[in-house]
Amino acid sequence: MQTDISHTQSSWMSRHKLDIAPFIFLIPALFFFFIYVVMPIFQSLQLSLYEWNGLYDGDGQSTASFIGLENYRNLWIDPNFWISIKNNLLWLFLYMLAVPVGLLIAIFLNQTVTGIRIYKSLFFFPFVISQVVVGLIFGWFYNPDFGIVAKVWQFFFCEETINFIGNKTVTCARPVPDILSSADYATYGIIFAGLWPQVAYCVILYLTGLNNVAADQIEAGRLDGAKGWKMLWYVVLPQLRPATFIAVAVTVIGALRSFDMIAIMTQGGPYGMTNVLSHYMYEVAISEYGERYGYGSAVATVLFSIMMVFISYFLWRMYQDERRGA
Amino acid sequence: MFPRPIERASTTTRVAYQSFLPFALFLWLLPLLAIFLTSMRGAKDINTGNVFGWPTEFKLIENYYTVFAQTEAVKYLINSFMITLPTVAISVSLACLAGYALAVYRFRLALPLFFLFVAGNFVPFQILMVPVRDLSVQTGLYDTIAGQFLFHAAFQTGFCTLFMRNFIKALPFDLIESARVEGVAEWRIFWYIIVPLVRPAIAALAVLIFTFVWNDFFWANVLTQGEQVKPITAGVRALNGQFISNWHLVSAASLLAAVPPVVMFFLMQRHFIAGLTLGAVK
Repeated sequence: MQTDISHTQSSWMSRHKLDIAPFIFLIPALFFFFIYVVMPIFQSLQLSLYEWNGLYDGDGQSTASFIGLENYRNLWIDPNFWISIKNNLLWLFLYMLAVPVGLLIAIFLNQTVTGIRIYKSLFFFPFVISQVVVGLIFGWFYNPDFGIVAKVWQFFFCEETINFIGNKTVTCARPVPDILSSADYATYGIIFAGLWPQVAYCVILYLTGLNNVAADQIEAGRLDGAKGWKMLWYVVLPQLRPATFIAVAVTVIGALRSFDMIAIMTQGGPYGMTNVLSHYMYEVAISEYGERYGYGSAVATVLFSIMMVFISYFLWRMYQDERRGA
Repeated sequence: MFPRPIERASTTTRVAYQSFLPFALFLWLLPLLAIFLTSMRGAKDINTGNVFGWPTEFKLIENYYTVFAQTEAVKYLINSFMITLPTVAISVSLACLAGYALAVYRFRLALPLFFLFVAGNFVPFQILMVPVRDLSVQTGLYDTIAGQFLFHAAFQTGFCTLFMRNFIKALPFDLIESARVEGVAEWRIFWYIIVPLVRPAIAALAVLIFTFVWNDFFWANVLTQGEQVKPITAGVRALNGQFISNWHLVSAASLLAAVPPVVMFFLMQRHFIAGLTLGAVK
C-alpha cells in the first residue's frame, strides 16, 4: 500500500511537473517585486486619499486620516502643480529632440575610417556618467560670472575697458543672462543639459541599428537612384524601426522621470518655476516644512497615470510583436 | 551601408570628414574636458574666475588628495560599491530564474506576469517612494546599506527579467526539449544548459545594472539621511555644499564618482551596448 501511494504521488508530481516548475522558478523574483514595486503602487494610490505626516501613534497605528478626494481638489487649485505639469510637457516635447539628433550623429559616425571605434565609444560617454555630475557641470556652464555661456555673451555684447590704473571694467550692451535663476529660461537650460546624455543614448541605439541595415536593400535603392534624404526616409528608416521604438520609449520615460538634474541645478527654483511632477512630489512629501505623504502621493498618482498611458502603449506594441512571433 | 562609405567619396570629402571628427568630438565632450581641467586647477584660478580657460598651475594630485583627506569621499565610494554589487548579484540571479520560467514554460500567466515586470520597470519612482520609505522605516532598513540594495535589487529585477526572458526565448528550444525527453530534471536543465548559454546576457545586465544603480541619486536621498550610508552621487552633492565655490575640489570629487561606471563601460562595451538595446536591436 505504502509504495502504491508514493507511486501515485510521484506520478502526480511528474505529470504536473511542467505546471509547477515555472512558479518555483518565479517565486523569488515575484516575492521581491511584489513587496517593493507592486504593493507600493497600490499603497500610494490609496494613500492619495489620506492626509498623513508619516507618523505613528504610541500603539504603532498610522495617524493617517481619510479625506477622500481632498488632495486632488487641492491639487486642482495649486499653481505649483500646474507649473509642474506645464514643465513636464515641455520636457516631453523638447526631450524628443534627442531622437532625431541622435540619429543624425549616428549617421555621421557610421563610417569605417581608422580610429572610428574609439570615437564612437567616446561619444557614448555622457550617458554613462551620473546625472548629478552632468547637472553640476552645466550649472557651471550657465554661471553668469565665469561660465562659458557668460564668456561667449561677453564676446558678443560686452566691451572691456581698462582704465589708467589698470582696473578692468566690463560694460555690456545687454546684461549677461543668469539662465538658472531666470523664470523664463531655467527649464530650457536644464532640459538642454538633460539632452546631452539622452542624445548619447539614442546614438548608441541607432549605431547598433544602422549596423544591421540590410546592405542589399541599400544597394538596390542606389540602383534606383535613391540617395541622401530619400534613401534615409524610404529605405533606412523603415529598417530602423525597432531602434526608433526603443529610442522613443526610453526618451519619453526619461523625460517624465527627470529628477536628478532639477534637484542639482535649481531644486525646482526660482519660485518653483522649474519644478516637474517628479520633483514637486518629492518636495511636498519630504521637505523641511513637514512631511505631507498624502498630498505627495496624489502628485505621484497623477504622474503615474500620465506614464501609464505611455507604458500601456509600449506594452500593447510588445504584445503585437509577441503574437506575431508566436 | 548607410551613409555611403567615406572611402568611396572624393579625397577632399574624406579629408574634411577626418579632420572634422576630432573637432566634433571635442565639442561633444567639452563639458567633460572642462570638469577635468578644473579638477587640476589651483585655488588661484578659481578665485580669478579662470574656470574654463587653460589652468595657470597644475594641482591634480593635491586636489584629489584634499578630497580624500578632508571629506568622506572614500566612505561614499565604498558605500556605492556596497550598494551596487549586491544589487547586481541579487537582481541578475532572480532574473535568470524568472526569465527562464517565463521563456520556457507555456502557462496562461506567462505573458501577464512578463508584462507586469516590464511595466513595473517603467513606473515613476515617486509612486513607490512613500510606501518604500515607510516600509524601510518600519523594518529598520531606513538609513542602511541593505535597505538601499534590497530595494534596488527588487526594482531592477523587472528590467533584468525583461532582458533575460527575451534572451532565453531566442535560444534553440530543441535543446531543452531533448533534455526533457532524456528525463533530465527541470532545475538541472536550468543549471547545466541554460545558465552557461545566458552568460553574455548576465554580463550585459551586470554592467548595465551596475551603471544604473551607481548613478542613482533619488533613492539615495529617499532612503538615507546620515553621511554613514550615502553613496557617492549623494556625497558629491553634499561636497558641493561643503566646498562652496571651490570648483576645483568639487570637480575632482565629481570625476571620482564618474570613474567606476566609465571604466566598466570601457571594459565591457560590447555587453553594455547589447544590454541597452534590450537585445531587440541586434
